[in-house]
Amino acid sequence: MTFQQPQVDTSPEVSDEIRKTTCYMCACRCGINVHMKDGKVAYIEGNRDHPVNKGVLCAKGSAGIMQVNAPSRLKAPLKRVGPRGSGEFREISWDEAISTAVGWLNELHETAPQKLAFFTGRDQSQSFTSFWAQNFGTPNYAAHGGFCSVNMATAGIYTMGGAFWEFGQPDWDHTKLFMLFGVAEDHDSNPIKAGLGKIKARGAKVIGVNPIRSGYNAIADEWVGITPGTDGLFILSLIHLLMKAGKIDLDYLSRYTNAPVLVNAAEGPEQGLLMRDDDGKQLVIDRNTGQLTAFDKPGVRPDLAAVYEKDGVTHRPVFHQMAERYLSEDYAPEAIAEQCGIPAKRIRAIAGEIARVAFDEAIELDQEWTDFRGEKHAKMTGRPVSFHAMRGISAHANGFQTCRALHVLQILLGTVEVPGGFRFKPPYPKPAEAHPAPHCDNRPGQPLDGPHLGFVQGPEHLALKEDGSPARIDKAFTWENPMSSHGLMHMVISNAYAGDPYKINTLFMYMANMSWNSSMNTKGVMEMLSARNDSGGYVIPHIIYSDAYNSEMVSYADLILPDTTYLERHDCISLLDRPICEADAAADAIRWPVIEPDRDVRGFQSVLIELANRMALPGFTNEDGTPKWKDYADYIVNHERKPGIGPLAGFRGEDGDKVGRGEVHPEQLDKYIENGGFFVEHIPTEASYYKPWNSAYQDWAVGMGIFDSPQPYLFQLYVEPMRKFQLAAEGHGERQPPDHLRERIKHTMDPLPIWYDTDQQGNEGYTINALTQRPMAMYHSWGGQNAWLRQLHGRNPLYVPTKLMRENGLSDGDWAKVSSPHGEITVPVMEMAALNENTVWTWNAIGKRKGTWGLEEDAPEATKGFLLNHLIHELLPPKGDGMRWANSDPITGQAAWFDLKVKLEKAGAPDDLTESQPAFAPLDSVIPTGPKELKWKVGK
Amino acid sequence: MHPAPSVIVFTTLSGLGFGLLIFLGLGLPDVTGMVAFVFFAIAYALAVGGLLASTFHLGHPERALKAFSQWKTSWLSREGCCAVGALVAMGLYGFGTVFLGTAWPLVGLIGALLSLATVFTTSMIYTQLKTIPRWNMPLTPALFLSFSLAGGALLAGQETVATVLLIIAGGVQLAYWVKGDQAFAASGTTLATATGLGNGGTVRAFEPPHTGTNYLLREFVHVVGRKHSQKLQVIGFALGFALPVLLLVLPFNGLMLKHIMAAVAVLSHLAGVACTRWLFFAEAEHVVGLYYGKR
Amino acid sequence: MTELPNSTDRKMGLVIDLDTCVGCHACVISCKGWNTENYGAPLSDQDPYGSDPSGTFLNRVHSFEVQPQACGTQPAPAAQLTHFPKSCLHCEDAPCVTVCPTGASYKRVEDGIVLVNESDCIGCGLCAWSCPYGARELDLAAGVMKKCTLCVDRIYNENLEEIDRVPTCVRTCPAGARHFGDLGDADSDVSKLVAERGGFDLMPEMGTKPVNKYLPPRPKDQIEDQIDILAPLLAPVTGDAGGFMGWLDRALDKIPGGAN
Ligand SMILES: Nc1nc2c(c(=O)[nH]1)N[C@H]1C(S)=C(S)[C@@H](COP(=O)(O)OP(=O)(O)OC[C@H]3O[C@@H](n4cnc5c(=O)[nH]c(N)nc54)[C@H](O)[C@@H]3O)O[C@H]1N2
Ligand SMILES: Nc1nc2c(c(=O)[nH]1)N[C@H]1C(S)=C(S)[C@@H](COP(=O)(O)OP(=O)(O)OC[C@H]3O[C@@H](n4cnc5c(=O)[nH]c(N)nc54)[C@H](O)[C@@H]3O)O[C@H]1N2
Ligand code: SF4
Ligand code: SF4
Ligand code: SF4
Ligand code: SF4
Ligand code: SF4
Ligand SMILES: [Mo]
Repeated sequence: MTFQQPQVDTSPEVSDEIRKTTCYMCACRCGINVHMKDGKVAYIEGNRDHPVNKGVLCAKGSAGIMQVNAPSRLKAPLKRVGPRGSGEFREISWDEAISTAVGWLNELHETAPQKLAFFTGRDQSQSFTSFWAQNFGTPNYAAHGGFCSVNMATAGIYTMGGAFWEFGQPDWDHTKLFMLFGVAEDHDSNPIKAGLGKIKARGAKVIGVNPIRSGYNAIADEWVGITPGTDGLFILSLIHLLMKAGKIDLDYLSRYTNAPVLVNAAEGPEQGLLMRDDDGKQLVIDRNTGQLTAFDKPGVRPDLAAVYEKDGVTHRPVFHQMAERYLSEDYAPEAIAEQCGIPAKRIRAIAGEIARVAFDEAIELDQEWTDFRGEKHAKMTGRPVSFHAMRGISAHANGFQTCRALHVLQILLGTVEVPGGFRFKPPYPKPAEAHPAPHCDNRPGQPLDGPHLGFVQGPEHLALKEDGSPARIDKAFTWENPMSSHGLMHMVISNAYAGDPYKINTLFMYMANMSWNSSMNTKGVMEMLSARNDSGGYVIPHIIYSDAYNSEMVSYADLILPDTTYLERHDCISLLDRPICEADAAADAIRWPVIEPDRDVRGFQSVLIELANRMALPGFTNEDGTPKWKDYADYIVNHERKPGIGPLAGFRGEDGDKVGRGEVHPEQLDKYIENGGFFVEHIPTEASYYKPWNSAYQDWAVGMGIFDSPQPYLFQLYVEPMRKFQLAAEGHGERQPPDHLRERIKHTMDPLPIWYDTDQQGNEGYTINALTQRPMAMYHSWGGQNAWLRQLHGRNPLYVPTKLMRENGLSDGDWAKVSSPHGEITVPVMEMAALNENTVWTWNAIGKRKGTWGLEEDAPEATKGFLLNHLIHELLPPKGDGMRWANSDPITGQAAWFDLKVKLEKAGAPDDLTESQPAFAPLDSVIPTGPKELKWKVGK
Repeated sequence: MHPAPSVIVFTTLSGLGFGLLIFLGLGLPDVTGMVAFVFFAIAYALAVGGLLASTFHLGHPERALKAFSQWKTSWLSREGCCAVGALVAMGLYGFGTVFLGTAWPLVGLIGALLSLATVFTTSMIYTQLKTIPRWNMPLTPALFLSFSLAGGALLAGQETVATVLLIIAGGVQLAYWVKGDQAFAASGTTLATATGLGNGGTVRAFEPPHTGTNYLLREFVHVVGRKHSQKLQVIGFALGFALPVLLLVLPFNGLMLKHIMAAVAVLSHLAGVACTRWLFFAEAEHVVGLYYGKR
Repeated sequence: MTELPNSTDRKMGLVIDLDTCVGCHACVISCKGWNTENYGAPLSDQDPYGSDPSGTFLNRVHSFEVQPQACGTQPAPAAQLTHFPKSCLHCEDAPCVTVCPTGASYKRVEDGIVLVNESDCIGCGLCAWSCPYGARELDLAAGVMKKCTLCVDRIYNENLEEIDRVPTCVRTCPAGARHFGDLGDADSDVSKLVAERGGFDLMPEMGTKPVNKYLPPRPKDQIEDQIDILAPLLAPVTGDAGGFMGWLDRALDKIPGGAN
């Protein structure tokens, strides 16, 4: 070559320094390397050593730099000066902010702690925030789980001691057939993508069950475009086919599940309960001896077939009842195909493929292990079929039972905690009984009598006052939704507004955009938040809110405690909380201030500590009255839940060399920072599968401080606590449900999975399913303030299937009026062919209110974008008897976002209208909008 | 393509200017002194004005000199070189005619050829682009050259030649429109070849990569309504060719009237060419539009 | 320079697996982040918080729907969706290089990377006009042409660990749908992948000879075609002697026993 190429510097300095911390652009919590130049954030990449993301990063994670410089960041504490909902504020000092809050709160603490409702949204410090609430003494605390995916969490924990979600994952390295139900993103964002990538690289098969074929479902080899809300039926049909063909793992069922456990058949208050010995151990018949025996005795081989006669009554094992129910032709593919919108032949083919892979392609790992009965196994046998599911099946009013059905399917196949199947992540597995029961006994000046949330084992654990009325403002753990383990955040505002079950004084919220995308009936919620009583005061007298950005919710609070961004504070991702572990390892992590805030803002957890200190809350105060911790970093290191067990499991002990259990180590945070911001402890190889029954795992977990003693247990195909509620509804026991709920409890609280139609009363004429999905590149409402991400998703059309487009004479960009029994919206449409033909959908939380998020008022998010939430009400339309039932799962109270049914009609051509409807008055922005051009480059 | 005013002005004016230079270089009309000065002034104003306009759409006009360097491969570079060459040669020739009263025929011929080459290279900038099938045809240089020559003849007052050339140019324009409408389909580029997904069935663009706009959409995706374009074709053709020819062949009496009519013919032609040039850009579809479901 | 080299020592490029890409846009933003901070002018954004935000990106993810033809076995096949990342393909016969009047656009001899030398670029836009793939975007703030650099300032960067000397979009892709390597070397992993999976060119008729290759989505929705193999696996045991309970008893006996 004769010509000269320019010289390119191919080895430029990448940065001055790398600071390793934890991403919080979403709840997946990947490890990040923050590259710094001149003390500023220059570039963010994934941390290769981190157990969650192993180096990769999603779009949000890489866009973190645009979050920490977003113009939407709050600058200082704010005190409302205009009416609620106007957005008029005055900046105040932290002194004034803290004194104001203490002024409101301390009186409540000393006189009526239940008058404080403290609810947190995207909180990742729930073990700390709940600790604070417990010491404040209010029973009214929960995080957002109730409207998120409590069905998934509880169904998993009651059934098998752990769920999908963050509590477990498919065995990505071994699975040969992966079936995904109703997932668009999930908290396991990067791990799922990485897992799918591994499966694809091997050429293994993916089946996606989802009315919408985008994202993960777009790469699925088989797409099952199911009718929303009917997954339970489809799954039970798969169970029917597999059971009928004997394609189930009898050995696994007899050893590790309660399938062989005998069910009391004697009429009376114990009918349907599991038979137990005097120690409370579940009883089985030993196939070797034919004798009745506790399930866990060494050498016992529980019999799935044998029955037990006593007093002329035949007590049969759980498995008998399952066979009786699921072999019924009611579940034959032909009987359910139309309802599910899946051809019978396709259902059969899928069942056949599951059977083929589970049994003909079983794998064996040469790994010895010993089970809890003391039996040694030479190998680990895997049935390489795995499942994962999320809100698509859980955010329906039949979601608990549907999630249960899916767990039962995996267990019948013997694919849980085996190679190629589903695997728990520590601290799971952990059965429901190992969790606390909910507590609600509150006294002035005293801490609550125990943790707020937990797992009820029967009516005795309900959070009811002596008069039978709900003890909690959200009516969690009541007859309306007895197993509401995460509380019902979506009911707090409407209940507080109605004064039902009682009035409260202060609503304290953190990191939840409750006046916008996180509420059902958004307009109604805005009105409730700003409603006044006859004397002119607000119905909810005080609202305190902590946000880091100028969200819609900011305008509805009286006092704003501005938080830092995730790169400016300490955080703790604790094993006591929502874990970030992997199936092979326990892990926890921290965030630390890799940059200092350039505004007058403070980390919220530290503010909570200061509030606690000013009120001298028990738990936060030494006997001599001095505060235990000065800020959150101090708490993270020095707080001990039990002796030797604190928020962080790594680098404990005097020298920082102890793991799990160990004394406080003063330099713990530095050790974490040195280690890349996280800590990992691998599970020994012989403990890696069969965790609930594997002695090696149980011993390891005890050493880690996860349990105090080994806790082997059986998977609960039959969930006895549910039967206890049925018994109550049948009239047994002291605590009795109100009469209007008896039938519903008897019907829905079936201890074996059932399916019922959620098609709601009052929906006549509304025939189209309407759903939302999370965009991979956006996190709820807070992605919209990000200059890079908002270019990807700056507005959200309503995606309409080809058939409905034609029927309604619509083309791309046209406006459509969409209505539900509750409301009406007018929005732009876009055609989508790869979609269930009776379903419309849109992206979640793209729509913004004018005057928020540092965006200009004519931003497309505010003019074209919209929320489906306006069509969803927290109550269903009135029934014949005038009662309005919650739009929630009757078992857990999970918000039934995806039961929405709508009507559709054309409202105009693209140019006929200028804005989506409803449009709300602009909020008076407390911060200025951003610059007109960005040329972001730091350093020289 | 985005019909950027600067490019429309540039190609329209410079085409006309170089067209006039071609005729001046050939000694048509054979003028000297003040008359020659006026002719040359008009020609230079058009050619240089056009060239200057073309720099308006540059991100870095101050580096424009660099654009002369790649004449070996780049039509844009060649255009620059030819244009400068033509302007220099014709400048020399013009100097002779205006100030010395002598025409150097060889210099004039060279200047004329370079002017012709300039128009040709301009046309090749568009013609070479496979990405824009409507331009990627032999008719594109024919279009530019015939327009330039016809306009040049008109300005040079060569009535007979101009009449013939205007008719030819009009014909080329009609042929260009007919062929152009078929060009995209004939190019064989479809969403199926663009994505390679055609084996699986019919491909349809679903969500674009971003909800807002970007450089590509602004620059390359411009949709002209069919009705709109037909109207403009009629106007462009009438003003650019039909009316000037009519004005040339109609027997007008009186020099003044004749001159006025000639001036009207020139202006009409200019407006017509600008109008068809707008269409030339606005109707041109870049294959990248396929990826956005727009073409 | 504006002339293309007759050949390049290597043909470095990307292989993008359309069967694996979930359309997450991670590659898009990571590319934006790296290239804003590194080679050349930052990738600017106009009206970033206003009504018409737009900015320069070197990599964009489209999505397409494919409607398969109905046939005997599949009378009503479901439409499919493919996510489709696209950046510069580093063409062997890159028209964007030869049209460039200044020599700012060039193809590197050592690795075939097509680059813009920003200090020579006049921002005429012609190279973008000539690129069939929409791989070049003129940065409005800097007035120069931007395009994928194949992360030329990463792949040889001695300040990075060896394992990180790959483009940032490849490093970040959570699904592993992007592969980087020498497509001129038939023995490289990427070349093998292309051979195995039938990698193809975009718009081959343009004659640009792209270096980057795309791996096609695998055939979808075929499970019902296998019903003849799968159905026998579901033969009911309930019809056997004693029905399901009879089968259960026999099956339990066959399980290798308990401790005694
Ligand atoms: N239609 C429909 N609605 C839904 C859903 C649905 O599927 N469909 N999903 C529901 C579900 S599952 C959920 S979890 C909710 C999510 O809803 P939310 O939990 O309300 O999530 P966001 O809207 O992101 O609100 C979180 C708030 O936290 C603020 N924030 C962000 N970072 C920080 C920080 O570092 N500190 C503080 N103090 N604040 C911060 C943000 O600015 C924002 O205002 O939405 C629910 N809403
Ligand atoms: N990028 C990003 N990641 C996130 C979030 C985010 O906002 N952005 N939010 C986080 C939060 S709070 C949560 S709770 C998780 C939620 O994670 P996902 O559960 O994946 O969240 P959704 O987007 O609500 O997805 C619901 C999916 O279920 C499908 N679906 C709806 N109804 C049915 C049905 O009846 N049957 C079946 N089979 N499918 C159905 C919908 O089409 C959709 O694909 O994601 C977390 N991760
Ligand atoms: S998935 Fe993305 S946003 Fe969430 S923590 Fe990981 S990198 Fe950050
Ligand atoms: S990062 Fe990977 S999976 Fe995500 S869009 Fe890019 S290529 Fe596709
Ligand atoms: S993809 Fe476009 S920009 Fe890249 S080398 Fe090919 S023609 Fe040039
Ligand atoms: S924009 Fe720059 S790189 Fe492109 S052709 Fe013009 S001068 Fe060359
Ligand atoms: S190789 Fe580098 S410049 Fe090119 S698309 Fe990937 S990240 Fe962007
Ligand atoms: Mo959620």
